[in-house]
Amino acid sequence: MLLRIKKLNKSFVVPVLKNLDFELHEGEVHALLGSNGAGKSTLCNIISGIHTADSGSFEYCGLPYTPNSLQAAEALGICMVMQELNLFPTLSVAENLYFRSMSDRFGIVQHQAIQRRAKKALQTVGLNYIDPAQPLSQLGVGQQQLVEIASVLQRPIRLLILDEPTSALTGPQIDLLFEQIIQLKKQGIGVIYISHRMDEISRIADRVSILRDGELVATKAVADISTDRMVQLMAGDESTSIDMKESIDQSHLPNNSILLKVENLTRRTKNQSGGDSGFENISFNLNAGEVLGIGGLIGSGRTELLRAIFGADQAHKGCIRLASDGFKTRRIMKSPADAISHGIGMLVEDRKSQGLLLSHSVSKNISFAILDSLNKKLGVVDQSAEQDLAESMSKKLSIQCDSMQQPISLLSGGNQQKALLARWLAIDFSILLLDEPSRGVDARAKNQIQALIRELAAMGKAILIVSSETQELLKVSDRIAVMSNGRLAGIFKTTELSEEKLLEASFCFYSSEDNQSKLANARI
Amino acid sequence: MPESKLKSRIQLPWNSLGLVAVLIVLIIFFGTMSEYFFSAVTFRTLVNQIPALTVIAVGMTFVLLIAGIDLSVGSVMALCAAVMGILVIDHQAPIAVALIGALLMGLACGTANGFVSAKWRIPSFVVTLGMLEIARGGAYLVTNSETKYLGDSVGFIGSPIAGLGVSAALIAAILVVIIAQWVLSKTLFGRYMIAIGTNEEAVRLSGVNPLFWKVLVFALAGLLAGLGGIFQLSYLQSADPNSGIGLELAAIAAVVIGGTSLSGGRGSVVNSFLGVLIIAVMQAGLAQLGVSEPSKRIITGMVIIAAVLFDQFREPLGRFFQRK
Repeated sequence: MLLRIKKLNKSFVVPVLKNLDFELHEGEVHALLGSNGAGKSTLCNIISGIHTADSGSFEYCGLPYTPNSLQAAEALGICMVMQELNLFPTLSVAENLYFRSMSDRFGIVQHQAIQRRAKKALQTVGLNYIDPAQPLSQLGVGQQQLVEIASVLQRPIRLLILDEPTSALTGPQIDLLFEQIIQLKKQGIGVIYISHRMDEISRIADRVSILRDGELVATKAVADISTDRMVQLMAGDESTSIDMKESIDQSHLPNNSILLKVENLTRRTKNQSGGDSGFENISFNLNAGEVLGIGGLIGSGRTELLRAIFGADQAHKGCIRLASDGFKTRRIMKSPADAISHGIGMLVEDRKSQGLLLSHSVSKNISFAILDSLNKKLGVVDQSAEQDLAESMSKKLSIQCDSMQQPISLLSGGNQQKALLARWLAIDFSILLLDEPSRGVDARAKNQIQALIRELAAMGKAILIVSSETQELLKVSDRIAVMSNGRLAGIFKTTELSEEKLLEASFCFYSSEDNQSKLANARI
Repeated sequence: MPESKLKSRIQLPWNSLGLVAVLIVLIIFFGTMSEYFFSAVTFRTLVNQIPALTVIAVGMTFVLLIAGIDLSVGSVMALCAAVMGILVIDHQAPIAVALIGALLMGLACGTANGFVSAKWRIPSFVVTLGMLEIARGGAYLVTNSETKYLGDSVGFIGSPIAGLGVSAALIAAILVVIIAQWVLSKTLFGRYMIAIGTNEEAVRLSGVNPLFWKVLVFALAGLLAGLGGIFQLSYLQSADPNSGIGLELAAIAAVVIGGTSLSGGRGSVVNSFLGVLIIAVMQAGLAQLGVSEPSKRIITGMVIIAAVLFDQFREPLGRFFQRK
């Protein structure tokens, strides 16, 4: 037995963990599953010494263990890779890898030595083509995540905690990560694995513990439990599993009523490392009542395309045409305000840095995009109308919060995301762009968001959705446009598309005459 | 629902009440230490000194709310007073015209600050540092580096109204505080300011153009610096190109004591006004106790740091009291 926890209690004003028992064997991958706020992160924070428990007994490697700081836990071989990256973008990859051991005893950085070591470390996570001397900021988010994992693997570990390690990774990167985890298992290292992705849990974990409201609901061998059962246990008794098939059947395309035409849209920018990013010559039509998924690897230009349609960045060439004026005007959206005035809304990829107004309440976040229409006179905000709007939205999207006046920072990720969705539902939109709408959201909220997307389509709205989860794309989209290396690889009917075919299309413009480094860059 | 409404209503003034408590403690302290503190002279000194700092602190509160800073207010104030001075003395302009001239000068400086920093994304620290020099130079230029004496012609603004005991300037300054607090908590503009200070990119991606609102905030700060210049000029009854040196720091200190965050997104105009009062009472009280200028400055500095320290632990303290 590597770790044994008995009757763990922890409160932050309210109890977060209640009488929790937890065990981890050597060489075991133990998945933690639960909605946001179920207590997974708190448990891991206690094990890794960030927080201290209120009560409970700990046994680690057969000895009593009182984790009281991150450093103390690390000295005992307990390491955690957190969901949010703890890296320094302006320092080099090598300096990030050896942040605490990069200098000699006089404080002089040993560039040669750490770069040599970094080369080896990067190989373990498949980043052998990365130059350790280059600044970390030149790497993609997925690559940065792998650097973080590589840095942990350099230390003498016995217990590794991975908190949503795959949220920014693509399929092949995940495969590589899992190979590493299997290696760790062979060395007898215990792994605690937090993820919202059920397929990953059934793939890599030996056992799964399901938490709900700070209590342990069940610990089961993964082989003995179905994913449906896991969701049920997470959600509790009042579990309402939404039948997606039914809602999809309702949405038949209203006879070819095109809302948006995208013609040869192009935006190419050089990133700092000199590589191309962006997209070129993208053309497609978007119909009313349709969900068009955009598939492809991270860095294939999906987010950039959405941002250009929305005017968050300006397209360089090509145009979009809208049904509102009979497709007469060639447009390039100059700003989000421009796009919104034409009935286009966009849920952005990173809700914390680009969406949420953390100092505002839930209701103020919901009303923000239509605030000027809540203007009584003299620019005074009509607060009762605002309250009504927020309450009707929160009912519609079942946002869980104490009141509409609660600061949005106190809500769970899923509820924050729903509030941001509500911001866009409040505007008079006909086209909604969604960039990773269910990233970092618990399984239940994810189901609700996906059902809502179908519902909106059934109401005749046109939805464009980017998602890194193939399952999600296949589930909600009518058609899927696959992007590869900034180009459109094809548009497929979802019914005719398999996961393999989607992946194949995602790679099609990387392996051709394009240079190999580009391939490597995009894949990992 | 009603319970949470009550909570939010209690939470906000907790900070104000704390500042009022500090103010009362200061007044009692100086009152017991010095027999002259509760006197008409002390009162008049206080009342005459604060209007300029008050309106400038209001402008500074807005600027800090959007995560900017305005270092130029002291110089802009001197420039506006100088413009008013030469309009009255050298051009025999009517007082009303001179007043408008001073306000327009402030508005122009503020708009320039806002436009340059928001349009080209230059930190407002740098732009307003430049404006600090430009406006000071301008003040010397228009006055030929001489103090312009205006005498009694402008005294009606700054001197106490008979029977009331307070000046028109003070009444105007308090009105500015009330209106600004109303704008901040009730209007679209207020909402946008807090949002820009919290997450400007999210504001842009919600279809609101931050540029306009940011320029407006700096323009207002400039306008209020102009108003402060008018108050200062009527109090001194002269336009001194050397006036207002270091005033920007006093204004920032008052705003920070009032609990407004330097990183934007959180602040209150009323609390800034309480900050101004705390600084003014402390200055007057220490002077009466015969504390030397160097010691006064050291004590003021320590109070500023203590206020920010206190603010840092405000939330845990608030939770502590609420639980009781």
